[in-house]
Amino acid sequence: MLEDLKPSWRYVALTVLLALTAFILFGGFLLLQNLQNAKVLMTFFAVVWGLGSVALLYFVLNQIAQSMPRRIRSVAVALVFAGPAVAFLLWALVLPTLRSLALSFMDAAGRDFVFFKNYKFAFTDPIMLESFRNNLLWIVFGTSACVTLGLVISVLADKSRFEKVIKSLIFMPMAISFVGAGVIWKFIYAYKGEGVNVAEIGLLNAIVTAFGGEPQAWLLVPFWNNFFLIVIMVWLQTGYAMVIISAAIKGIPESINEAARVDGAGPVRIFFNITIPSIMPTIVTVTTTILIFSLKLFDIVRVMTGGNYGTNVIANEFYLQQFTYNNSGRASAIAIILLVVIVPVLIYNLKQFRARSVLK
Amino acid sequence: MKKIMFLIMIAGLLMAFTSCSKSEEAASTPAAPEQTAADDPYAEVRGKVVTMAGPFTDNDAIKFEQSIKSFEEETGIDIQYEGSKEFEASISIRVEGGNPPDIVDFPQPGLLETFAGKGYVIDLNKVLDMDKVRSNYIQSWLDMATMDSPDGPIMAGVWGRVNGKSLVWYNKKAFDEAGYEVPETWEELVELQNTILADGDSPWAVGIESGAATGWPATDWVEEMMLRTTSLENYDRWVAGELKFDSPEVRKAIQTMADIWFADGMVHGGRRSIATTSFGDAPKVMFEDPPKAWLHKQGNFITSFFPDNLTAGEDYDFFYLPSVDPQYGRPVLVAGDIYAMFDDRPEVRMVMQYFATGASVEGWVRAGGAISPHKDSDLSWYSNIVDRKVAEVIQNATSVRFDGSDLMPGAVGAGSFWKEMTAYVSGSKSLDAALKAIDASWPN
Repeated sequence: MLEDLKPSWRYVALTVLLALTAFILFGGFLLLQNLQNAKVLMTFFAVVWGLGSVALLYFVLNQIAQSMPRRIRSVAVALVFAGPAVAFLLWALVLPTLRSLALSFMDAAGRDFVFFKNYKFAFTDPIMLESFRNNLLWIVFGTSACVTLGLVISVLADKSRFEKVIKSLIFMPMAISFVGAGVIWKFIYAYKGEGVNVAEIGLLNAIVTAFGGEPQAWLLVPFWNNFFLIVIMVWLQTGYAMVIISAAIKGIPESINEAARVDGAGPVRIFFNITIPSIMPTIVTVTTTILIFSLKLFDIVRVMTGGNYGTNVIANEFYLQQFTYNNSGRASAIAIILLVVIVPVLIYNLKQFRARSVLK
Repeated sequence: MKKIMFLIMIAGLLMAFTSCSKSEEAASTPAAPEQTAADDPYAEVRGKVVTMAGPFTDNDAIKFEQSIKSFEEETGIDIQYEGSKEFEASISIRVEGGNPPDIVDFPQPGLLETFAGKGYVIDLNKVLDMDKVRSNYIQSWLDMATMDSPDGPIMAGVWGRVNGKSLVWYNKKAFDEAGYEVPETWEELVELQNTILADGDSPWAVGIESGAATGWPATDWVEEMMLRTTSLENYDRWVAGELKFDSPEVRKAIQTMADIWFADGMVHGGRRSIATTSFGDAPKVMFEDPPKAWLHKQGNFITSFFPDNLTAGEDYDFFYLPSVDPQYGRPVLVAGDIYAMFDDRPEVRMVMQYFATGASVEGWVRAGGAISPHKDSDLSWYSNIVDRKVAEVIQNATSVRFDGSDLMPGAVGAGSFWKEMTAYVSGSKSLDAALKAIDASWPN
């Protein structure tokens, strides 16, 4: 719209606009600082000013970029629109990561350099080793159970009369937060003890005793208690796997299935030779997403056992080191290790995702 | 061109709005002092907000709010207390993140000591009327509030509510009906246990589950036994990290506890249920009809968790957990909340000064469940006989020691000591392994 103006006028108008934008940005900030006592007004103003001024800023910067010489115009436009996001990413993601990296070589208070002492702790301490083992259990059994169940359910429910009902039921736990799920499952695993005058209230113990078994303190059973916790994640996450995989299955052209049937392939053959190869990219994406999820798993363990009884995981130990034991060195080392483990999976996941988008 | 005009108009409007509200702001600022009446000593702080964080939730939070209500009404300061069960973890996030509340209520002086050591805590010697504070506490409380900071020793906080811990609670009505008698010595306690066992019941109700803090009631028991089976010097050395957990003294203390906890039928629900029962639910079985357990050792705050309709002194009562070995006297384990200041403003100073007076806990003392460490508090405030008796137990003690796990470094006192005791009690670790792990976790 400024293109109609003569170049000299255009520059003047742009400069004025730029100055005005700066003034609105800064003035609004000052005003906000002084509005602390009127909360409603402050909120209203913050929304209007916040959105408005950012829109204005983009508009003005875009005008400036557009007025650049043709050769650098596209670069300038890209810089204007992607620049702030990249800058924010640097500030909020890259800088903290670098700081964590630096802290991981420091002592508990972050003052003295201790070389690899924190990493030595992370790879030798019995609790850390236990956490690594448990995370491995989560990755292997949690992820495979989620994906397998999700796949099986979506195939079996596909085109069935009750498909909608079944899928809704499986998907429903997705709406529950991990902490909420923890509370629910605490009642399922509840154990009140043995001996005189004890009445069990837990669902699982009720089932076990109904079949004549002994009530168990499920969350205290060494090693297997990890699986009782993993079941909670499977309960929560199978719905996610199912929905994505089911969508992919419905995307397989009917003609392929038809052709297979004409060639004499049975349902099992179709499942392994047609369905699975067709939705492989989806399965990989779902698997890696849940895998990353189980690597940084925290809430369930925190709520159910607090990491006691041999159920600790890396993320919980990180939290304890940082916020309970006040040891930022060890905590940072654990965080860096977690990052190093997750990044390859993340990259693979992104690559798969991109490949899938290209296909479509 | 039209569009430019339009834009400029918008900008102009925005500017007008900005300057308009600015001038309003300017106009309203000088108006404030005019409202100040000469006879209102709190004009400066009226309407100001002081934020607090701490571990009070549920009943504790209500009682705390009630006890500070009159102060809030008088001064016009709004004390906003944010209680969390994850307090130990969340407060570190806020302090380290540079966003601490104005006042923090620490149930663990050890954690406060960590922050004082890092220089986050304001030295009360510099901001409060210390003569008033000093004259209102006995020396040992003041000593326990003096902590090291990068600038030398500081007064890091003032004590609010305190608890006596060496108390064994029982259902008085049922206890009397059954013909049981309050034990005065360890031998009598053992005899009582045997009588209850012979009657076909479990003597003790024990629960150590407490969310992320699971295990702390077990550490209390160990501390009680440390005070009763070895000397005070050893207790102090143990708390300071000089006496190892893997030592004959600590082993003996834990063994004395284990003799009760792990014996067949001694604890309601058995050994494994100790780890799965919440500390607040544990005593509730004593008040079922008929009682499912008879004795429960816990600090006096536990009455907040008792069923609602019980009367202190009639429905329930307590006795002092007898000394095991008479040569170590009548030690009492105490705990308490220490309030520390993280931001220096006039209204925050005023609240801190208030916390150093008995008036700040008066409402709580009257409502039950709190003992005041302040000298200017009045015994007549204790509305129920039980609380008055707790105050007496603390006064009659031959020695008073603070909860050891609260004094140890966070990695031990709020970490490995809790966790390893939980592992030992639940049976997932041997005592040897647990003790060695605690020793190994002690920061150098």
